[in-house]
Amino acid sequence: MSALLEVRDLVKHYAAERRWFGLGRPRAPLRAVDGVSFSIDAGRTLGLVGESGSGKTTVGRTILRLQEPTAGRVMFAGADIFALKPGPLRALRRRMQVVFQDPYSSLNPRMTVGQALREPLEIHGLATSAQFAGRIAGLLEEVGLDPAFASRYPHELSGGQRQRVGIARALSVEPQFIVCDEPVSALDVSVQAQVLNLLADLQARRRLTYLFIAHDLAVVRHIADAVAVMYLGRIVERAPAASIYALPRHPYSRALLSAVPEPDPRAAKQRIVLSGDMPSPAHPPSGCPFHPRCPHPMKNERCVTEAPPLRTVAPDHLAACHYAEHPM
Amino acid sequence: MTEPLLRVRDLKTYFVAERGSGGGTARAVDGVSFELFPGETLGIVGESGCGKTVTSLSILRLVPEPPGHILPGSVIEFDGRNLLALAPADLRAVRGNQIAMVFQEPMTSLNPVFTVGDQIAEAAIIHQRLSRAVARARAIEMLTLVGIPDPAERVDDYPHQLSGGMRQRVMIAMALICHPKVLIADEPTTALDVTIQAQILELLDRLQAELGMAVLLITHDLGVVAGHANRVAVMYAGQVVETATTTELFDRPTHPYTEGLLAAVPRIDAPRSRLHAIPGQVPAATAWPTGCRFHPRCPYAWNKCVAEAPPLLDATAPGGTPHAARCWLVTEPHRRVAKR
Repeated sequence: MSALLEVRDLVKHYAAERRWFGLGRPRAPLRAVDGVSFSIDAGRTLGLVGESGSGKTTVGRTILRLQEPTAGRVMFAGADIFALKPGPLRALRRRMQVVFQDPYSSLNPRMTVGQALREPLEIHGLATSAQFAGRIAGLLEEVGLDPAFASRYPHELSGGQRQRVGIARALSVEPQFIVCDEPVSALDVSVQAQVLNLLADLQARRRLTYLFIAHDLAVVRHIADAVAVMYLGRIVERAPAASIYALPRHPYSRALLSAVPEPDPRAAKQRIVLSGDMPSPAHPPSGCPFHPRCPHPMKNERCVTEAPPLRTVAPDHLAACHYAEHPM
Repeated sequence: MTEPLLRVRDLKTYFVAERGSGGGTARAVDGVSFELFPGETLGIVGESGCGKTVTSLSILRLVPEPPGHILPGSVIEFDGRNLLALAPADLRAVRGNQIAMVFQEPMTSLNPVFTVGDQIAEAAIIHQRLSRAVARARAIEMLTLVGIPDPAERVDDYPHQLSGGMRQRVMIAMALICHPKVLIADEPTTALDVTIQAQILELLDRLQAELGMAVLLITHDLGVVAGHANRVAVMYAGQVVETATTTELFDRPTHPYTEGLLAAVPRIDAPRSRLHAIPGQVPAATAWPTGCRFHPRCPYAWNKCVAEAPPLLDATAPGGTPHAARCWLVTEPHRRVAKR
């Protein structure tokens, strides 16, 4: 199978403001994404997992060139996205779409659902005016909504319905690849299950490729073929889903997994509670960026001074830990 | 059996809906009853719009009136007194003193222009008439108790100087400075990252054991309830639909809503699979369905469920712990055969 999307050494730094109204010493740049690489095969899903400030959303936005990268390369179906001129980029954008966490803030409150779905069809010239109504009805049905929803406004919809409209809008231009940025985080659990099932169905039917960005490892388990865990702008572990859930090699992945509250009162409580907060991406710790919070019993001086590279520790399984051969 | 510390009986909190949004009265909380015993954690679990937060706000009469009002006949009994009948001054002596509350959003609940020390000390100055200096020392003690490093320096910080997790610790310190008998924690970890959530839940467990208070834990997360509550009340459409001890509820979910909710939770220990989804969505509080409020989404519903609203029925297993469910299946268990 060939990779549809290939990300190589992606870097995104934000220049920090100078103190005192532009005078004085400049602050350290904020290293939101600091050398991230991965690829996704056509028709597959990569779950990109991390907590607030890990850089996972910036990765998604930079791939779509909604933000310009500081360095690195993204190849999509053989095209170098960062090298494209505006014209070809626009054509490519049709094939790459995004579904956001909060469809309420990404839908125009003054447009009906039908108008919101019609807009991308018009911009990309994908339907004639005689075809619009039929195409919109078809899209709504595909995401499990009655075609009568076309005349409603976003405020008349529930959160789950709005997210379905957000998905329909992404589908309208018939993309191959969708960045799903926390698409179910704002939804109640019963509705979240509906939307996750819908995303899985659409993927099977349309052979879609997903980058599924989430903070919830349990949600990712139900949709992803492979998982990459981010911490402070870097991928600390990347592996096929079955492999990482069975045996997480990085102590941060292990702690994340153990922190998920299980809906089972008898679940063995060997919870690893990390101490402290995530450090600022403007001042990442020396050596391994996770060392100040790391609970690994083998942690030592080497972790403080030497940054562990992301390396293969088992078939297809990469981890950035000096002691990945001795998982916790 | 010991006496309950807090007894909520037939609580009804309604809101007059705005014109334009369909009008009518939103029956947000519609006849909720439960008891909270000393030292225990009662989890109230439900999805958005089920009335769990309005229930918690009603206990301390924090529901804005109008548009909200608590109906006559509702009783919230604490220490032998009905809180709903107290004069404002008497209620203030209870609120933040004997019953304290932690909210979801520490950033919006903290005042940005006062130091965290001032805000923690405020309740002790008001309720215990401590001097400013003594109250400040108490605030530093509280910061130590909730695990904030360098408390003597952090006491002079402003909320924006702290991380989300640290702010939630400050909220907890504020709530606990008067050693309340009851702590109401309304989605205390929902806005936090999962590793920070684990820290805060562990802290709440530890403080409860040390201080011996009762906790009303309000959450949408069945995982949080499973790990931290002794008993659970599941809410749907303004009512308690099922109540049981935590292990009993997870072992024998009886109300079809509880059953569906448990099946809908993505599990980290289950292989990749299709999730069970509850069809449809939570109805609007201005128009609860007739009969059983869950019947339009229920896989087992029959005509009785459409016609007649079930009361909370005793579903306790022989020799088991108390268990009740607001469902006709308790009387006709043979009908538990899914139609869809």
